[in-house]
Amino acid sequence: MGTKNLILLGCILILTLLGGLFILPGRLADEIGIETPEFLKKEYKLGLDLQGGIHLLYQADLSKIKEEEREDAMNGLRDVIERRVDFFGVEEPLVQVQNMGDDKYRLIVELAGVIDPDEAVDMIGETPYLDFREEMPEKEKKQILDMMPEETIGQMIKNIKKETGEKVEKKDLPKYFPMYNPTKLTGEYFKRARLEFDQTTMSPYIGIEFNKKGSKIFEELTEKNIDKQIAIYIDNQLISAPVVQEKITGGKAQITGQFTVEEAKALSRNLNAGALPVQIEIISQQNVGPSLGEESIEKSLVAGLAGIVLILLFMILIYRFSGLLAAFSLLIYAIILLSLFKLIPVTLTLSGIAGFILSLGMAVDANILVFERLREEKKGVGNIYYAINNAFFRAWTAIRDGNLTTLIICVILFFIASGFVQGFALTLGVGIIVSMFTVMVVMKFFMKIFGATKLGKYNKIWTR
Amino acid sequence: MNFIKYSNIYFILSGTLILFSIVFLFVFGLKLGIDFTGGSIMEIEFEKERPKITELRSDIKKSIKNSDFTLQESGSKGIILRKNTISEKDHKKIVEAFGGKEKIVEKRFEAIGPIIGSELKKDTIFSLFFGFIFITFYVAIVFRRVSRPVPSWQYGIAALVALFHDILITCGIFAVFGHFWGMEVNVPFAAALLTILGYSINDSIVVFDRCRENLIRSKKEFNEILNNSLKQILARSLFTSITTLIVLFALYFFGGETISAFILTMIIGIILGTYSSIFVATPLLYKFARR
Repeated sequence: MGTKNLILLGCILILTLLGGLFILPGRLADEIGIETPEFLKKEYKLGLDLQGGIHLLYQADLSKIKEEEREDAMNGLRDVIERRVDFFGVEEPLVQVQNMGDDKYRLIVELAGVIDPDEAVDMIGETPYLDFREEMPEKEKKQILDMMPEETIGQMIKNIKKETGEKVEKKDLPKYFPMYNPTKLTGEYFKRARLEFDQTTMSPYIGIEFNKKGSKIFEELTEKNIDKQIAIYIDNQLISAPVVQEKITGGKAQITGQFTVEEAKALSRNLNAGALPVQIEIISQQNVGPSLGEESIEKSLVAGLAGIVLILLFMILIYRFSGLLAAFSLLIYAIILLSLFKLIPVTLTLSGIAGFILSLGMAVDANILVFERLREEKKGVGNIYYAINNAFFRAWTAIRDGNLTTLIICVILFFIASGFVQGFALTLGVGIIVSMFTVMVVMKFFMKIFGATKLGKYNKIWTR
Repeated sequence: MNFIKYSNIYFILSGTLILFSIVFLFVFGLKLGIDFTGGSIMEIEFEKERPKITELRSDIKKSIKNSDFTLQESGSKGIILRKNTISEKDHKKIVEAFGGKEKIVEKRFEAIGPIIGSELKKDTIFSLFFGFIFITFYVAIVFRRVSRPVPSWQYGIAALVALFHDILITCGIFAVFGHFWGMEVNVPFAAALLTILGYSINDSIVVFDRCRENLIRSKKEFNEILNNSLKQILARSLFTSITTLIVLFALYFFGGETISAFILTMIIGIILGTYSSIFVATPLLYKFARR
C-alpha cells in the first residue's frame, strides 16, 4: 500500500466520520452527548406526510381580470395569503403560484405541523379586504392611552428607547404609535394601482386610481387630512401610511417615498389584490394527522434499517471479504446520500424514502455485478489483484446501461409528474448517481488497495 | 440447463397470464382511488372505544344533507369515511358530531377535486409513454455494435415487451385485488408501476449486456450464446432480486399500513421483472433472429 493510497484512505475515513456526524439528526447527536459544531446543525426537511400538516390546492378564477394583469394579480394574492398564513406561526409555510398554462392559475398552500385545518381553510379562503383609515384625533388617542394600564405604557416607552435610543414620555407616545379610525373608503371604490417612475428623478412611485364614487370620498378624506397620514390596511394589517400633501380631486393620486423598485412593486401588487379580489376555490385538500406521520416514519425507518442490515449480512455471507468491503462502501454511499438530502435540501416524503431504498437496491446490484464478474475473472489467476480491474471493466457496461435507463425515467418523472411521484424520482435519481460513484470509484479503490496487500494471494476469501 | 429450448413453454405461460390480466382489467377494472377519481376520505380514530358503526352512520346522516357515503371500520378503534365530496363545512360538522360523543383524533382528511384526478391520470400515462420511447432509443443506441443477427432496436423492443408483460400482469393482479378485497389504486400505485418500469428495464439490459459481450467475443450459434449468457447472469439476477426483496419484505411487514400497498406492488413487479428478463426478453430475441 503506497503512501498516496494511505493518505487517500485516511481522507475517506475522516470524511465518512464527519459525514456520519452530519447525517445524524441534531437531537440524536445531543442525546449521545456529541457536541455538534454549528455548520453541522442542519435538520432534514420532512414532507407533510411525515410530519403532519395540511396541503391545500386552490383554483383561481381570473375571469374578471385583464389578461396582462393576471400574473400580477396572482402574485398579489400570494402575498396576501402569505401574510395570513404567517399568523399560524408554522415553520417555512409554502405558498406557491402554479401557472398551468392557458391562463389558468393555481395556488398551493402547505402548512406543516399541528394546526387547526378548519381555521386555516377559513382564513385562506377569505377574499382580501382593503380599506383606508385616517389618523385618530389627538383627543381620542389620549383617551385610549389613559385607559391603558401604567405597566403597558411603561413597557411601550422602554421598547421605543430600546429601538430608537430616544427618551420619550407618555405624552409623546401617539407620535410613535399612530392609531387610525376606519373610513368609508374601501377596496370596493378602488380601481387600480400601478408602478410608475418619476420622469426627472426616475424614482419609483405608485399611482393609484379610484372609481367615480371613490374619487369623491377620497377628495373629502384628503381635504380633512392634509399633512396627516392616511393608512392603507389589507386584512386589518397596516401596509403603508403615506402623508397627505394636498386635497386630491379627480380620484388619481401618487404614493411617493423612499421605495426600491421591488418594494413599490409589492405595494402596488398588494393594493390591487385588495381591489380586484381573485376568487379562489379549493379543489384539493389533504390533512395528515401528525400521529399517522410519526407512526409511519418510525415504522418505515425501523423496517428500512432492518432491511439494510439484512442486505449487508447477505452480502458478507455470499461474497466474503468483498462483501465486507461492499458493506463498508454502502455505508459511505448512505452517508453521502443522506448528507446530500440535507444539503440540497431534498424534502423527505414516504415516496422519497422508497426511492432511496430502491437506489440502495441498485447500488447493491452494481456490487453484485462486479463480484459475479470477479468470480469468473479470478479463475486462472493466482492473485486476485489482477482480476479486479477486469471485473470492474466488464461489469461497467451493464452498470452504466441499467443505471442510465433508470436515470432517464427519473428525469422524465421529475419534470412531468408532481408531488408524490416527483419526490420519488428525485431521491432515486440522486441515489443512482451517488451509487455509481461509490461503486466505480470508492469500491474499486478499496478492492485495489486491499487486493495489493497479502490478502490478494488468498484468492478464495474474495468471493463465493 | 437450456433456457432457450423451452421458449414456447414460457411464452404460453406468460401469454396466459397476460390474457387473464387483460380479461380481469376489462371485466373488473382497476379500482381507482380518490387520487384518480376525485372524492373525499376521512380517517378518524376514537381515543377509547369505537361506537357502533350503525350509530355513527345515523350521526352522519343527521349532521349533513347529502348522505351518500360509505363508512368502514379501520383497525381496532378507527373508522374510514368515503364520500364523493365533503365540503369543508360538512367536514367540520362530522368532526363535531363525532367529537361530541368521545374524544377523537382526525388522522387524515383528503378532499380531491375531479380535475386533479384526471390530471394525475394524464401525467402518469404521459410519463409512462415518454419513458417507453426514450428507453427504446437508448437501448437501440447502446446496442448498435451488435446488429447481427438481430438489429439493435429489436433489443429495445424485446425489453419493452418484457416491460409490458410485467406492468400488465401487475395491473391484472390488482384488478383482482380490487374486485375481491376492495384494494384501491392511488398515486403510490402509479409510483410503484414506474419503479417496476425502471427495474424491469434494468434487468433486461443487464441480461442483454451479457449477450452483447458474448456476441462480440464468440462465434457460436445465436441460441447457444443467448443460453450461455443467461447461465452466466442467473446468479446475479437471483441475488439482486433477493436483496431487493429482503428490503421490500421488511418494509411490507414492518413498514406500517400507509406504504403497504405501494410496497406490495413493487414486490409483485420485481418478481415479474426478474422472471421476464430471463424467460421472456431473451427467448424473444431468439425468436426475432429466427424470423
